[in-house]
Amino acid sequence: MSDGYPEYMRKSIEKVEATREKRASIDFERMKPEESQETLDNFHPDYRKEGKHELKVGPSKGELAPIELAELLESPSIIDPSEIDLSQVDYDVEILIVGGGGAGTVAALWAIKEGIDPKDILIATKLRHGDSNSMMAQGGIQAADKEVDSPVTHYLDAIGGGHYTNQPDLLKALTRDAPEIIKWHEKLGIMYDRDENGEFVELPGGGTSRYRLHSAGDYTGMELMRVLMDESRNKGVPVLEFAPAVELLTDEKGNVGGALLMNLETNEYYVVRAKSTIMATGGFGRLHVQSYPTSNHYGATADGLIMGYRVGIPLRDMDSVQYHPTGAAFPDQVIGLLVTEKVRSLGGQPVNADGELFVNPLEPRDVEAAAIIRECYGKEKGITTPTGMRGVWLDSPLIDFKEGEGTVAKRLPAMVRQYERFNIDMTKDPILVFPTLHYQNGGLVINADSSTPVDGLFAAGEVSGGVHGKNRLMGNSLLDFNVFGRRAGITAAKHARRSQKPTKLTLDHLSKYNKELKDAGIERKNPSPMLLPEYRGKRVLERHLDVQVTL
Amino acid sequence: MAEEEDKKMIEIYVMGRRYKVPEGLTIMTALEYAGYKYVRSCGCRGGFCGACSTVFRKEGDYKLMMDLACQTAAEDGMFLVQLPFVPAVRAEFEIDELNIEENDNVMLEHYPEIARCVSCNTCTKSCPQDIKVMDYVQASLRGDIDRAAKLSFDCIQCGLCSIRCPADIKHYHLAQLARRIKGRYIDPKSSELEKMVQELKEGKYDEELEKLCDMSEEELKKVYDERKFQKEG
Repeated sequence: MSDGYPEYMRKSIEKVEATREKRASIDFERMKPEESQETLDNFHPDYRKEGKHELKVGPSKGELAPIELAELLESPSIIDPSEIDLSQVDYDVEILIVGGGGAGTVAALWAIKEGIDPKDILIATKLRHGDSNSMMAQGGIQAADKEVDSPVTHYLDAIGGGHYTNQPDLLKALTRDAPEIIKWHEKLGIMYDRDENGEFVELPGGGTSRYRLHSAGDYTGMELMRVLMDESRNKGVPVLEFAPAVELLTDEKGNVGGALLMNLETNEYYVVRAKSTIMATGGFGRLHVQSYPTSNHYGATADGLIMGYRVGIPLRDMDSVQYHPTGAAFPDQVIGLLVTEKVRSLGGQPVNADGELFVNPLEPRDVEAAAIIRECYGKEKGITTPTGMRGVWLDSPLIDFKEGEGTVAKRLPAMVRQYERFNIDMTKDPILVFPTLHYQNGGLVINADSSTPVDGLFAAGEVSGGVHGKNRLMGNSLLDFNVFGRRAGITAAKHARRSQKPTKLTLDHLSKYNKELKDAGIERKNPSPMLLPEYRGKRVLERHLDVQVTL
Repeated sequence: MAEEEDKKMIEIYVMGRRYKVPEGLTIMTALEYAGYKYVRSCGCRGGFCGACSTVFRKEGDYKLMMDLACQTAAEDGMFLVQLPFVPAVRAEFEIDELNIEENDNVMLEHYPEIARCVSCNTCTKSCPQDIKVMDYVQASLRGDIDRAAKLSFDCIQCGLCSIRCPADIKHYHLAQLARRIKGRYIDPKSSELEKMVQELKEGKYDEELEKLCDMSEEELKKVYDERKFQKEG
């Protein structure tokens, strides 16, 4: 028994313990389409119209985006074009990769395979190489490679989970390339969980009809990212750390020809000229959409969306945001941190204050999240923490009960460690969870080869949209950055080979965008990109949660 | 609920300067409360990236302790400093060309300094992940790469081990080499994956995938709702 819980919470835990044996054998019925729609409409934060803003300028004018993002999109740039000297080129490269997370690093490795000399590539990244959401992914990566499975079934699971809004050619690429990606990982030496014969130990995820998740303990993203970085170092890819792109640069025709970087420590600007530029900046969790806590990396501030939008790339599915059903809700120090879906894949159940199972543990993420919010705010059957955060129990000891003692410790070492640090033993006691802002489903529009509508610009990973439609399934984001990072690297290399260096670099698109803002009568005061979120002072105490439900 | 006036305050010392912050924060959020905006020494904020290595001492204690700022509760009387960067060398290698069959100690060849290990165990004591660092260095010395890989699996590469090592061993790079060798050469390979990759090369699923791509939402819904779920893996 852990001493991390106050007495009144322990009383509720006793109820969870009392029902455990009985619940262990319950196969909770999945929601019918009508019920899941109703739950989403009433409880999912994304279905609240008040949280959205209709964009007034730019290539996706008229479409909806979360207010927090719209405010940044409809703001002027943090730089003043008239004060920037673009005549001196600091880095002259074949391929510039903006962002050093999963997609960017994979793109570099495949550009090299496609014949680009590593020294003609530059990865420019805001924090350190590898600092990204990719690093934090715990659960696993989907790839259909078993006898009972196929890319066809994978496609079907993903498009249903995405409410039939996924872009078909992208989803086909995702599911069809998946086994080859795992094969590539084998060659790189990624340590996936295997049985004694070398076959992968695979699990189901929310909304998957097959056991398809490959994992490396609950450090899957970290294992992938550290190997990819290691390989990038072996190849000698130049990386500029703490030097985020602040705007893209365009040539006379409006094509992308590089980017302007800022050294975060000296505040100097660097001009990068590139034949191909790959946008791989990741997502926007740190915007705290609808005041939710987030599981995201410190740097997830939508920079790539802003820069891409200003050169004319439309956004898609920005109206949908993924809230992971299980973020940590207690203790205060870990609020919002991810509790991997793998806890439920392994048999853990969400349980209310009375010890009742109230939803199938493996509904698609948006439905599962909505059901948990319903339990807390619709049915008032959540548990309230001493600082007012509500949540439901995630019965982790049930895993050991079903699968044998030691399973949790063996399969979820990162989770166990995280809770141990705060005196909670999740192998013995359940943990308290509530949805957390997790993933940007939509993003910049791309084609199946990762090219964008603007010549010279490519995009891959969370910054791009269409692969997952309006709701991503577990295990498809690690896959996404590999599949489309690879495609971006290859396409960008081919483009570089047949292109000339841009002769003149400009920020003309910014002046044009600023004029559009002025003509629309918009005067906002949040210059963007944001680069880093602001948490100083009392802001750090805000738990960022004010749940509004439409009943 | 953001702020509680009656919250108990504690005192911390950031690089020697004293600040009052509320109890119940991590070291990372305590520094932010005190007014620091991170550029370095802050990454995933969730214990996976190793960016926020922190060295600290508690009032009245002589020992230097180490942990991650985002995963450690701030306590009254902590003297704190963070480690923005670890200048450790790393051996380059070509993963396709490491011949572990004919070379009995690849590890020693790439990192000869491991022979200088004096078994002081400081690395293990410094590890915020509680990894048996010294044990995997010793396993590497013996050429037991499999064990070194397994022991080091939870490494987040924060570098605290290497900063403290009197023998200047670069533990976390050494461990990375061990894991890649295990993943590539030691672990048996999946024949199911091989089969699927072959089938895809032959275009086995192309037609069916094409068909799905062309389906209307109505048709897709029907197939989706009729899916059968695999019961056991």
